[in-house]
Amino acid sequence: MTDIRYLAPQTLDEAVGAFAAAQGAARILAGGTDLLVQMRAGTVKPGLIVDIKKIAEMTEIAEAPDGGFRIGAAVPGATLAEHRGFGKAWPGVLEAINLIGSKQVQGRASPGGNLCNGSPAGDSVPAMIAANAMVTVQGPEGRRTMPVEAVPAGPGRTNLKPGEIVVSFTLPPRAPGSSDAYLRMIPRTEMDIAVVGLGVSLTLQGGVVTAARVGLGAVAPTVLLVEDAAKALVGSRLDDAALEAAAAACRAACNPINDKRGTIAYRTKVAGVLLKRTVAIAAARAGGN
Amino acid sequence: MNVINDKLRVEDNKWIGTRTVRPDGADKVTGRATYAADNTMPGMIWGKVLRSPHAHARIRSIDTSKAEALPGVKAVVTAKDIVDFPLETSVMLGIQDMRWMCRNVMAREKALFHGHPVAAVAAINEEVAAAACALIAVDYEVLPHVIEIEDAIKPDAPILHDFAKFEGKPSNIAGTMTAKLGDVEVGFAEADIIVERTFRTRPIHQGYIEPQACTVSYSADGRATIWSSSQGQFMVRAMTSLLTGVPQSNIRAIPAEIGGGFGAKTIIYLEPVALLLSKKSGRPVKMVMTREEVMRATGPTSGSFSTVKIGAKKDGTFVAAKGDFYIQAGCLPGGPLRGPVGCSFAPYDIPNVLSVGYDVVSNRSKVAAYRAPGAPLGAYAAECVVDEIAEKLGMDRLELRLKNTAGPGTKAAYGATFGKVTFEETIEAIQNHEHYKAPLDRNPRPGVKRGRGVASGFWYNAGGESSAQVNITEDGNVVVTTGHPDVGGSRASIANVAAELLGVDHSRVSVLIGDTASIGYSNLTGGSRVTFASAMVVTQSAEKVIGQLKERAAKIWKIDPEAVNWDNGEATPAGPNAGQFPPLTLADLAAKATETGGPIGAGVQLNTTGADPGFATHVVDVEVDVDLGIVRVLRYTAAQDVGRALHPSYVEGQIQGGVVQGIGWALSEEYLYDKQGRLDNAGFLDYRMPVCSDVPMIEAVMLEIPNPKHPQGVRGVGEAPIVPPLAAISNAVYDALGKRFYALPMSPPKVLERLDEV
Repeated sequence: MTDIRYLAPQTLDEAVGAFAAAQGAARILAGGTDLLVQMRAGTVKPGLIVDIKKIAEMTEIAEAPDGGFRIGAAVPGATLAEHRGFGKAWPGVLEAINLIGSKQVQGRASPGGNLCNGSPAGDSVPAMIAANAMVTVQGPEGRRTMPVEAVPAGPGRTNLKPGEIVVSFTLPPRAPGSSDAYLRMIPRTEMDIAVVGLGVSLTLQGGVVTAARVGLGAVAPTVLLVEDAAKALVGSRLDDAALEAAAAACRAACNPINDKRGTIAYRTKVAGVLLKRTVAIAAARAGGN
Repeated sequence: MNVINDKLRVEDNKWIGTRTVRPDGADKVTGRATYAADNTMPGMIWGKVLRSPHAHARIRSIDTSKAEALPGVKAVVTAKDIVDFPLETSVMLGIQDMRWMCRNVMAREKALFHGHPVAAVAAINEEVAAAACALIAVDYEVLPHVIEIEDAIKPDAPILHDFAKFEGKPSNIAGTMTAKLGDVEVGFAEADIIVERTFRTRPIHQGYIEPQACTVSYSADGRATIWSSSQGQFMVRAMTSLLTGVPQSNIRAIPAEIGGGFGAKTIIYLEPVALLLSKKSGRPVKMVMTREEVMRATGPTSGSFSTVKIGAKKDGTFVAAKGDFYIQAGCLPGGPLRGPVGCSFAPYDIPNVLSVGYDVVSNRSKVAAYRAPGAPLGAYAAECVVDEIAEKLGMDRLELRLKNTAGPGTKAAYGATFGKVTFEETIEAIQNHEHYKAPLDRNPRPGVKRGRGVASGFWYNAGGESSAQVNITEDGNVVVTTGHPDVGGSRASIANVAAELLGVDHSRVSVLIGDTASIGYSNLTGGSRVTFASAMVVTQSAEKVIGQLKERAAKIWKIDPEAVNWDNGEATPAGPNAGQFPPLTLADLAAKATETGGPIGAGVQLNTTGADPGFATHVVDVEVDVDLGIVRVLRYTAAQDVGRALHPSYVEGQIQGGVVQGIGWALSEEYLYDKQGRLDNAGFLDYRMPVCSDVPMIEAVMLEIPNPKHPQGVRGVGEAPIVPPLAAISNAVYDALGKRFYALPMSPPKVLERLDEV
């Protein structure tokens, strides 16, 4: 029987101080949709829980004058869905965050938690990578920023330094003709976990792709940025050859395992299928912009 | 009885056949219903089970001393405390052999699966109980394990039980069952076409929402009270009595509201353990399984490995059918052989049948009943072969079935000679249904293919022991008590029957479920028997009550009871000769009960008979995403003879529920084991039951062909609907893709793999 301390600081400095002082015995609580489940299952036994939801910066959605967004790490998916501008600029990121768990879970689950949980199958992560989102983290040594794809280190692990907390995600302004999309393969229609997840962000000018990013999840120890897939798309009119080349790049990037959720062969093939389908959705959205 | 039957002409029914408000509804939607885990008592402590970390291991010794010494621990039990049923002598309770039940609730000589209970602790709280479990030292000799049927029946397989012999040798085939008719060799020799195929299915779990839970209080005078959720409080009492040595008369089992059972709660896991912990500690003991414990250690239903061979003439006449069904029993004997062996070919009139079931043990949790136990496994194989025969003969698949339907006088291989058979009607209902006639857009979009499949199914249904008591309250209302936990709407159905017979408003009838001390013996809620059987005993009880009411009125009026009528809830003189009296209502007679002879009420206890079998025919449309291998069910129509739908919403619910469970079985559910023999998906995330959005609204076509052997014409409905879906969906996937699948589930990786085969 171990006691658990609970803190809900008002400031980030306080939170970082307590989190760092606990030297690894502490866990950050945002929505708790992973942490509480892990505690119940007995896989984590924190001595201290630092609830970050009372910190204003962590729960804010801020739209910059240039059209970029800064999203607090603890903003729940459901809150993001209610924001007037966010879903128009980043429909793919929004749909990814709101595929996490059930409706009830979406009322609590946050992109910060989804990223820090370190699951290769986290739904928001491929979409955030495709969006070229930057993460602001704060630790005992101050603030720094890093690309989303640099955060995961392996299943359940991140590259955050001891005492560091993810504060927010910064998404860049959108050029005209841009949009994004996220698709995942799950055996059910909802309440499931991605067997493969794929996010695409595109910019189209006169039918030609001028910028692209592809994030690919659940096919390797970490969510991947697939640069070769993006290269295959940029400069194309999304003709069959370009799409097949991008799909092949996704398949080549796969380094999956055989497990209860899917086989190596299945995941690899599906990565290519999802690339084509996700690009089609993102392109249709970009054309409509 | 005939008099009442005549009065209950369908067109005259006021309550039977209507969708009255369900008696359990308000409590369930407001969270007030008391399920097993909701019970608490003063002084109550918590029990926890220590489970085997090995799939197969001999237990050399168990040292509980450290656990017992932990502060807060009040009692520890092991197999030594459970009554032993020696291997040499079978002791049966219903269909359960107590030799296996005593070894299932607590491992005795060996731990037979990962998760097998080896000891249990009661302590002041769950945390202390869990800590104490970790302090129990079990010395295991780890043995090689075997999980899959095909591995378990190999000659060099690790043998689970020395006592099990097959063909004279130690074997994991613990028993067989045969149904035989005519001579299949002669039959196949006459056939113009023979199709023989082998099929595999995986074990799947019943997936009830409510985990097993109980509270047991053992008093200083040797009497015990059990609060638990089960499909039979009398089964709980009897099995707990046998496993603890406490006589049945000293055990009172109180049924909690049940959160789903689907057959699995026809056996017990916790109650005898909690009783013994309570006896040792002198405190009430509560035990609640986690979802993981439910998945790992309560019975799923069997996986199967079946070969079915059917021979037919060119005109489609079936001449012979043979089935070999290897059925997983789990770690102890007792797989549901009766389902595939008896049901697979029963819908058809086939002169030569040989059906053999093999009870295969392996290092998995012991299986428990699941809705039409075993029948879906056999029907899956048989109905897929029937589909293939239709295709090869170029015959319409429903016409082929119609040509071979069993009829009155047909002898089934399992032994029965049928009376009225309503299989044809279910086929014709599908043939005439708009769904079956509607054109199917086979390629609605690139990468998407659609197909349509049909299949039929049979289930025995059952009667058996039931008790009821109908009492008139002092204020002139009605309380009906039966002895059956209500898993499928029996209270709502019985309320309709009682209101109809007594002629009172439905709101004046309460239907309750008695505990083992307050109502006579009633067999399990299972076998699609409860509405059939309890409507019968309630009818007879109500008839007796009506007789009493007439006598009371006759006494008041000083006329002969024969001269009193009971209509619309009041007594009236039978005719002008009987005299002129104003009617006496139920309330009038209740108010005068004391002076006219005492309380008004009557009970009936019966071993009911006349539960004729159920037939069902289903049609389903599926859509396959050929790039991802995902199969979705687009439309599903299920036709079934329901006898009389006492409460139509519940009958539809039974049909829809059975079909949805069949969809999960066909497409997504399976038990997955790792190399160490541990269940790898012990939770609802990775054990994929369908969610609401995975299934369309299932259309239930209720054919009301009254069962002539029942006062209201009732026929069991709960199990037949899970029998056809496995084959219907499999046949639809073939229709879509042109490739047959011989294994379930047809999960996306399997479908894609098959599509990629050259």
